[in-house]
Amino acid sequence: MAGTSTTVDLGDLRARRGADVRGQIFLVLLVASVILAFAMVGAVFYDVTLDAWDIISQRFWDFLRMPSSSDPTKAGVAQGIRGSLLIALIVVATFPIGIAGAIYLEEYADDTWSTRLIQVTVRNLAGVPSIVYGLLGLAVFVQSLRGLTGGSSVIAAGLTLAVLVLPVVVITSAEAVRAVPPSLREGAYGLGATQWEVIRTQVVPAALPGILTGTVLAVARALGEAAPLLVIGAAGFYTTGNLDFLEQTQGAFTALPMNIANFARLPAETWRGHAAAASVVLLVLVFIVNLVAIIARARISKKLGR
Amino acid sequence: MQMTEPTTRIETNATVRERDPVAPDPSSEVFAVRDLNVYYGDLRAVADVNLDVYERQITAFIGPSGCGKSTVLRCFNRMNDLIDIARVDGSVRYRGIDLYDAAVDPVAVRRRIGMVFQKPNPFPKSIYDNVAYGPRVAGQKGNLDEVVEQSLRNAGLWDEVKDRLDDSALGMSGGQQQRLCIARAIAVNPDVLLMDEPCSALDPIATGRIEELMKEIQNDYTIVIVTHNMQQAARVSDRTAFFTAELDESTGQRRGRLVELDDTGTIFSNPSDERTEAYVTGRFG
Repeated sequence: MAGTSTTVDLGDLRARRGADVRGQIFLVLLVASVILAFAMVGAVFYDVTLDAWDIISQRFWDFLRMPSSSDPTKAGVAQGIRGSLLIALIVVATFPIGIAGAIYLEEYADDTWSTRLIQVTVRNLAGVPSIVYGLLGLAVFVQSLRGLTGGSSVIAAGLTLAVLVLPVVVITSAEAVRAVPPSLREGAYGLGATQWEVIRTQVVPAALPGILTGTVLAVARALGEAAPLLVIGAAGFYTTGNLDFLEQTQGAFTALPMNIANFARLPAETWRGHAAAASVVLLVLVFIVNLVAIIARARISKKLGR
Repeated sequence: MQMTEPTTRIETNATVRERDPVAPDPSSEVFAVRDLNVYYGDLRAVADVNLDVYERQITAFIGPSGCGKSTVLRCFNRMNDLIDIARVDGSVRYRGIDLYDAAVDPVAVRRRIGMVFQKPNPFPKSIYDNVAYGPRVAGQKGNLDEVVEQSLRNAGLWDEVKDRLDDSALGMSGGQQQRLCIARAIAVNPDVLLMDEPCSALDPIATGRIEELMKEIQNDYTIVIVTHNMQQAARVSDRTAFFTAELDESTGQRRGRLVELDDTGTIFSNPSDERTEAYVTGRFG
């Protein structure tokens, strides 16, 4: 190009109208999808709150405190809250098994066909319908392990749901462990750390935010499942009165999703708001779990300096 | 093995550092590599390498990409063990001991032979905890303040960070992070420091500081450095090994091979192999 200079006309650089029509249409579709998704969640929440408004505004505290009753003006979800909390507790208690499994698969297991088979199987298990886990729970925890669980009890329900969400815990934890940069591992190995030290001091702390996300999703799912509880033999409500926390682990039990199903089945007009109010309680419970996880995640990330 | 007079026979823009030629003393061999072959699966990445590394010298490995220089370096502290498909053949002796003997624990090896990596890789912890990491995994209990301070001083970082030891190491600049990684490596008081292209992610000023640092600590450590930068090898090293990647006719694969290892002055001014000459004069690579 020596000697000649290139002339540029402003017209060559001016933005052309409609040059990227397809890109613009795509953007509009994306925004519309986001709005639609939010609108649907909002509509559900609005509708449920509206239906529950009578109970929320008049006797919400009572509704939380009272056990089920045949009298609509007295019935509450205290039994369901307790059952759900106990189930969540049992599910959380089994998380170390899932996390340990993930660490083994990612850090220790050789890349052989059997390891891959296990990985594929875990992924498939995450997609098995929950009612099938209910049948498994009935056979294993209610019948075979009756001595441990006391039969059709909240322990059996908790263990069944723990098995149900275990694949999700393993998959998300394994992904979090895999995402830890190899340079961190190398740095620690290079300083003479053993494999156990590398995992304990580098891999697990760096993977913890991701692991936490997976476990919260798992708890939220366990809190919302009704089908397996139905198979195991959860009651919609029961009439043994107010037992203390430990006594609840034996015998009849219920959980919030069972309360909702039970209320919704009742034909009388006077029960209309109960299912909705119980749904609000369940939603709030799930939100609280999420909130705790978000705070914990932020604190860990801050500690890691990110 | 005497250093020749500076000659104009070869034009390089690399200034060879002023240093008295050190006569290699066989008794001061830190590493003795014999017939080393490294395989990744079926690929022979490094073929038939023989070389010695002497005590309290800086030995530089130079050569084009894919010539196996990093692979050889990673045999010195058994870092290749971390790669499932890597296999090492031949012998790598460290002060007379075969590093690949079945009785040798790679963890113990790495406590004596530290490593600094290509990309600064500080842990997502405080500056203090980064430096204290090595001593802690080595089982040192109690107050590590002194070790941390001394290591940071030796790495020329103390004055910059002494008021923010509890801050995250990830907030430091790239050059500071790399010096922190050097501080972290020398905190365990190693015998040897392996440096795998330690300046390739740094700007010229940060690079200059690392090079100064290497010269300052070379009286205490034996250093082996892999570098893409010939001028760097010329500036800092006592001896230079030139590797190249050659095509294996039978398999069609490229594999790394050591061309020659000599005093840095000789390599840059009067190499015995024409491939080395072509490389250091910039005609190839």
